[in-house]
Parts: sequence; structure tokens; C-alpha cells
Amino acid sequence: MARTPVFSRRRRSDQIDTRDRFPTSDSEVHVLAVDDSLVDRKVIERLLRLTACRVTAVDSGIRALQYLGLQDETNSQVGFDVSDPGIVNLKSFSYGFSFMNFLGHGFVKKQSLKVDMIITDYCMPGMTGYELLKKIKESSTLREIPVVIMSSENVVARIDRCLEEGAEDFIVKPVKLSDVKRLREYMVGDEKTGSEISWMNKRTVRESSCDEASSSPSISSDSSPSSSSSPSISSDSSPSSSSPPDSVQSTPSPSEPSSPTSTQSDDGSK
Amino acid sequence: MLGFSADRLRADMNRLLALLFHQGVLDEQFLQLQQLQDESSPNFVLEVVNIYFQESERLLKSLRALLIERELTDYKKMGNHLNQLMGSSSSIGANRVRNVCIAFRANSEQSNRAGCLRALEVLEHEYCYLKSKLHELFQIEQQRVLGAGVRYPMQQN
Repeated sequence: MARTPVFSRRRRSDQIDTRDRFPTSDSEVHVLAVDDSLVDRKVIERLLRLTACRVTAVDSGIRALQYLGLQDETNSQVGFDVSDPGIVNLKSFSYGFSFMNFLGHGFVKKQSLKVDMIITDYCMPGMTGYELLKKIKESSTLREIPVVIMSSENVVARIDRCLEEGAEDFIVKPVKLSDVKRLREYMVGDEKTGSEISWMNKRTVRESSCDEASSSPSISSDSSPSSSSSPSISSDSSPSSSSPPDSVQSTPSPSEPSSPTSTQSDDGSK
Repeated sequence: MLGFSADRLRADMNRLLALLFHQGVLDEQFLQLQQLQDESSPNFVLEVVNIYFQESERLLKSLRALLIERELTDYKKMGNHLNQLMGSSSSIGANRVRNVCIAFRANSEQSNRAGCLRALEVLEHEYCYLKSKLHELFQIEQQRVLGAGVRYPMQQN
């Protein structure tokens, strides 16, 4: 059985179709992933991209806040430098002050794309995921963004504390594709049932899925079946900016045949 | 002929994987990683595992350095390193390495130096075994891919 070099939608017979795409809305869902472990960042990034998300991965809570524009209200030097304003996707601007700066000045202030969801590790040096969660929920501009906590420790008190603080969900590591697919409900918006599930139910759901995970080696995507009759392969419309700092990676979801994992498109997008 | 050897290699790989699962060296998370690999990211598992090797070796070195320090052994730092190693091991499905970390961490929490030294020996051994087996796995996979590549001209497009 030869593999064609072209990006194929063909389902592998003995595996789940990891290219199941959830229908994307007009603009891609953008997730900010926060984890101090490079291994985990790589895995979560891949998991998210396979569920049609654009991912920005940072290695600490501080950097996350800087990216979100919270850490430094004035002109921050950390983050993306958009050297060529022409390639920035105007649709993705957020935080009005950034936009006004772009219009009004020759230079461009640190630009961050609008974030639709934040997923963060709990145990991190410096600022923990919990502290990051609190800071986000305390912010008037950011509190609406759903925050998901990941942890390798299945401590009920910790989970409860996070959910009470406003976390959307709590995932026990190692994170699987089924976990991330479930998170899509929060990202798509309130038309899905995700936001209506009380946190009590979420805990039950998560516990039972943990039990399933440990029972057998077979991996089945048993959460909401994806309806991907035609996975949308949109042309990459959200270019990442040039020269990001080492610890910040932003990668668009795979959209072109045999595209390398981190592409930077240099054409003016739609 | 080529088809036969491709099947043979696949069988070898499956046998090795089954052995590693049976021994508890790998768990289902490794399978999950494999499922994340496709044409758009054909070397995903290899990339992640290589990062894991780099991180792990750095952490193992640090652990050994911390334990050599007899006077002011920094058990807290040891615990932090172990948490990191535990986390990344669980993320790639390195089950036995993770379990040894747990035992090691218990020793460090009790400031049990002898116990920590023993645990470190076991940890280094487990890590070496894992690394050599994963290398073997990747080698078989590479041969398989190379073999498959030769068959392309024979396919009808």
C-alpha cells in the first residue's frame, strides 16, 4: 500500500483518522498553549493543529501574559515584530489599542492575534497555570477567553480549585487527541453544549474518560464523532510574523499538501 | 520480493512494539503519538522522541550532579527535575521510566540519599534501555520507508 505524497484525506484502515477536521468558522480558531516542557509543547501543538487550530506555544505564564497584552500595558518589546505590516492579517486584530497604533504610526506595536482559547500546564516554574488562570479571569479584556488546565497529577482538590476559579476544563496528562477534540466545543462558541455543562458534570466526564484511557491500549475517539464529510483545507490565511522569540512558536494548521510543520506564508492573505 | 521484505519489516516492528508494551516499557501514549504522524508531519514521533532524549539526558546529568553533592543535597531541586522527567516521559509513553521517577521522587522527599542513588542507577538503566529500543524501532521504520520508496515507480498513478 503505497502512500501518495500528496496530502490525502484517505482514512487509514487501522487507525483513527487523525485528519478529521471539525468544520472551521470563517477565521481559524487560535489557541495559546502554555507549557514549560518542550516535549509537551510539541505534542499539544500537534494535537491542536490536527483539530484545525492555529497554535501559538509559549513556555511560561509570564510570556503568555505578555502575548495577551496583559503583562505590559504600554509598548512591550516581547512578542512578534511585524516588520512588514502588509502581511499581517487584518481580520485577526484584537485589542483596539493595537489596531489604532497600527493605523496611526509607521512602526507597529507588538501584535498578537486574537486568542480563542488558552490551554496551560498547571505545574510550571515561576507562575503556575493556576496563577495564570486567575490573572486572566481578573482581566476585563481577557476573562471571556476559555482557559483549560492540564496536569499530570490527578488531584481532585486541584481540579476543583481550577474549575471554581473559572477554568473551562481540566485535562489529566498525557493529553490525547480525544481530549483536544472535546475542547473544540468551548472554542466554537456557545451554540455548542460545552459551555452549558456544569463543572460538576465536567468532572464526571473527565474521570470516566480517565478510566477508559487506562483500561486498554486501544485508542478510540469515543467523544463526539466528527462530521467531516469534507474537511476544509483553507489556504493559509494567517501568516505568522517574522522573527518570533525563541520560546514562542506560532504555527498555522496544515493546509497545503506536504507543507512543512512551520510555514510562513509571505503573500498577502485574504 | 520487495513487498515481502516490507511486510517482514512491518512484522519486525510490530513484534518489537508488542515486546515493549508487554514489558511495560511503552504504554498507549506512544501509540497516540504514532497516530499523530501523517503525511503533513511524517517524522513527528522521531522529532518528539529526540527532544525527549535531549531533555532527559540533561535532567539525568543534573540529577547525578545533585546527588554527588553530599553536604547540601538539594532534594527540592531534585524533585523538580524528576517532575519534569516524569511529565515528559508520560507524554511520550515511556511508562517504566516514569514509574522509576515516581519511586525516585519518594526517596528525595524523604531526603533518603542511599535510596536516591539506587533509584538513579535504575533510572539510568531504564532510560538506556528505552533509548536503545526506540533507536531500533526507528531504524526498522526507516528501512521500511526506504523500501517503500523504491516501489513507487512500480505503482500505477
